[in-house]
Amino acid sequence: MAERLSGSAPRLAARDVTKSFGATRVLDGVSLELDPGSVHAMLGENGAGKSTLMKILAGVERPDAGSLVLDGVPYAPSGPLAARNRGVAIVHQELSLCPHLTVAENIVLGSEPQRFGWLSRAAARERAERALGLLGGSAALRLDARVGALSAAEQQLVEISRALAHDGCRLLILDEPTSSLGHADVERLFTTLATLCERGMTILYVSHFLDEIRRVADRYTVLRDGRVVARGAVRDTTNEELVTAMAGEVVELGTARARTPGDVLLSLRGVRGVRLPNDASLELCRGEVLGIAGLMGSGRTELLRAVFGLDRVRSGVIRVRAVAGPASPGERLAQGVGLVSEDRAREGLALGLSVARNLTLSRLGPLRRRGFLSGRLEQDAAARWIRRLGIRARDGAQRVGELSGGNQQKVALARLLHHDVDVLLLDEPTRGIDVRSRAEIHELIGELCAAGKGVLVVSSHFDELVALCDRVAVMHKGVLGPARPVAGLSEHSLLREAAGA
Amino acid sequence: MRELLRRAWVGPLGALVAVYLLFSALAPATFTGGVNLATMLRQTVVVAISSLGMTFVILLGGIDLSIGSAVALTSVVVARLLQSGVGVGGAVALGVLVTAVTGWLNGALTARGKITPFIVTLGSMSVLRGAAKGLAGEQKIDADPRGLDLLMTGGSGAALPAGVWLALLLAAGAAIVLHFTVFGRHVVAIGSNERTARLCGVPVERVIMAVYALGGALTGVAGVLEFSTLTVGDPTDSIGLELEAIAAVVIGGGSLAGGQGSIAGTMLGALLMTVIKTGCTHVGLPNWVQEILTGFIIVVAVGVDRLRRR
Repeated sequence: MAERLSGSAPRLAARDVTKSFGATRVLDGVSLELDPGSVHAMLGENGAGKSTLMKILAGVERPDAGSLVLDGVPYAPSGPLAARNRGVAIVHQELSLCPHLTVAENIVLGSEPQRFGWLSRAAARERAERALGLLGGSAALRLDARVGALSAAEQQLVEISRALAHDGCRLLILDEPTSSLGHADVERLFTTLATLCERGMTILYVSHFLDEIRRVADRYTVLRDGRVVARGAVRDTTNEELVTAMAGEVVELGTARARTPGDVLLSLRGVRGVRLPNDASLELCRGEVLGIAGLMGSGRTELLRAVFGLDRVRSGVIRVRAVAGPASPGERLAQGVGLVSEDRAREGLALGLSVARNLTLSRLGPLRRRGFLSGRLEQDAAARWIRRLGIRARDGAQRVGELSGGNQQKVALARLLHHDVDVLLLDEPTRGIDVRSRAEIHELIGELCAAGKGVLVVSSHFDELVALCDRVAVMHKGVLGPARPVAGLSEHSLLREAAGA
Repeated sequence: MRELLRRAWVGPLGALVAVYLLFSALAPATFTGGVNLATMLRQTVVVAISSLGMTFVILLGGIDLSIGSAVALTSVVVARLLQSGVGVGGAVALGVLVTAVTGWLNGALTARGKITPFIVTLGSMSVLRGAAKGLAGEQKIDADPRGLDLLMTGGSGAALPAGVWLALLLAAGAAIVLHFTVFGRHVVAIGSNERTARLCGVPVERVIMAVYALGGALTGVAGVLEFSTLTVGDPTDSIGLELEAIAAVVIGGGSLAGGQGSIAGTMLGALLMTVIKTGCTHVGLPNWVQEILTGFIIVVAVGVDRLRRR
């Protein structure tokens, strides 16, 4: 336990909280104390255990070991509702509101003021008004406005008010609250948080952005690999120390790779999407791996989607070899550009279909015999790629959903290889997969590169980028920086830039 | 003003007025006037009452395909009971109770059994139809309606029979439940975002079962009125009624994705379909033209609604 600076009893005390999923220990003896009337920042890279800890506090997950105490009383919520009833509310990154209901209706949802089943509108409005009032003057929301018509920032305010409307809300957990907000809205949120603190509320603020944390938080805790590696008062620490705590002591500098890039395959000039990115320029050559480092919400995924034609491009030029201009995903594939989605389960793969069907979906032409698709040719193609990539599946007929994450990802990659694309856009290619598959995928990317392909990799694991890429560009709040050779870059330096420190 | 235009029922009301005026111009002699209006209202009653239940079900994000079969079953049950000497009150109460229970079962299989409502009610559509045929011995059952027929035939000329007033009363009641009770609010919340509703402590399963039971009960009332109209229990009656009810809800601004729809809109939607049918007959258009027109109206109504809300 760390010594506490303030004299008052903690709002929440967690002791030796431990949680494992399967063989992986996600939280390993985490202790935490949150003071009343303060903002506590929680930092850590992806996979450090932040979200698991939040889920435990919010009653979504139960710890394997360890104890929680809320205002001196043991706290072991059986579910999100039980947590709410004890005064602990979480506002997720993805908002959970009913878009068809009004602001007031959403705020009192589930605990509507009533008399024998009849709604008491006046009381509901009063309660909603009071909850919005707690946010201070920053929340100028009409109670009768339909939530679906509000901006992301306004919806977030509604969700915060809903948490506050519960009697005795005392701990508010905000998960990356600024990731979908513009500059002015961020300021508004900070004002709101200050108001809430003055009223004695405790706020657990999860974010990557060091400048935000400097502005709002009093104290901080850094998680790495499921353990608390640093904690203290924000004003007593430097950004450098925070980055080192998040990324670890060992600084591994990238080393120049012995590759000679060929002609330019893909070039972007000032690409601007509908919401994100704001400005992105780059050149990707044959035989090189170019990395894009960015935090969640920085616009890295949106950039890949815009290039591939999934999202609209508002301005700027995308040039694939000699062809310039926007294109649909089908046209991009015809130009030899392929994308592996970060969301395997919902976008990247059709989990209910077989390995063979998934793998051949984008290019069925060679599987035709006299105009009809041939099951034999399909299985042959699948068998070839299963062997080539070492996909651990019974055969091409097995459902993709039955494979492990790593093998699913190999199927997604194999689809691009089957299509024989020249430009591979890989969004978090190793998210949520085991170490062995990760190494195999890294090796494969190296081989593709040697074979003259151009690979654009987006990752929030900056050590991965340093180990994998020839050059890396950092994306921060929608703006892509210049791509620099990896020699001299480190996980630390990338994290510092991406976090805006 | 803009707020008013966004109301779900404004679209169908506009369409109804337009179609009514169109047919009034095309067949001024027979289509206009109170008598025809009363007839059209009378013809809408059964669809309208079953659409009330459907509105709740669709607001919830569900669907009920068993409505046509349930109406036929009720008419058979009521006829059988009257035939065997049960009093009018008892026959009506039991007829409504049967469909309320089958509706509740639909809800239980959906909410607790986690089977999609489309499949559950596709099954019960067949089960209830079979039950109606079995109970009726595969033929129409003649029974002395003992005054029940007056529900639909009472009132002369432009005066409205009791069944129409009952439909209006039930519609008003449904609108009140939807807007002024916690139950109604929870229905919309579940249809809008079920996970959020659960997170906020809404008793999701109980509400779902209650909605299907309510829908069943309203269908039972529709079935009683169908018996009043036919004065026989007909097991092969009302095939496809569920689709008309769904059409009424959708024309009235309802969304099959849930969370969206209104009682007023649904009632206008049901009436719109009757006006088109009757109007076509008065103008002398054959039945197949009516069906094509109705089909177009459904798709156009939804398309226009999308544009209007953008």
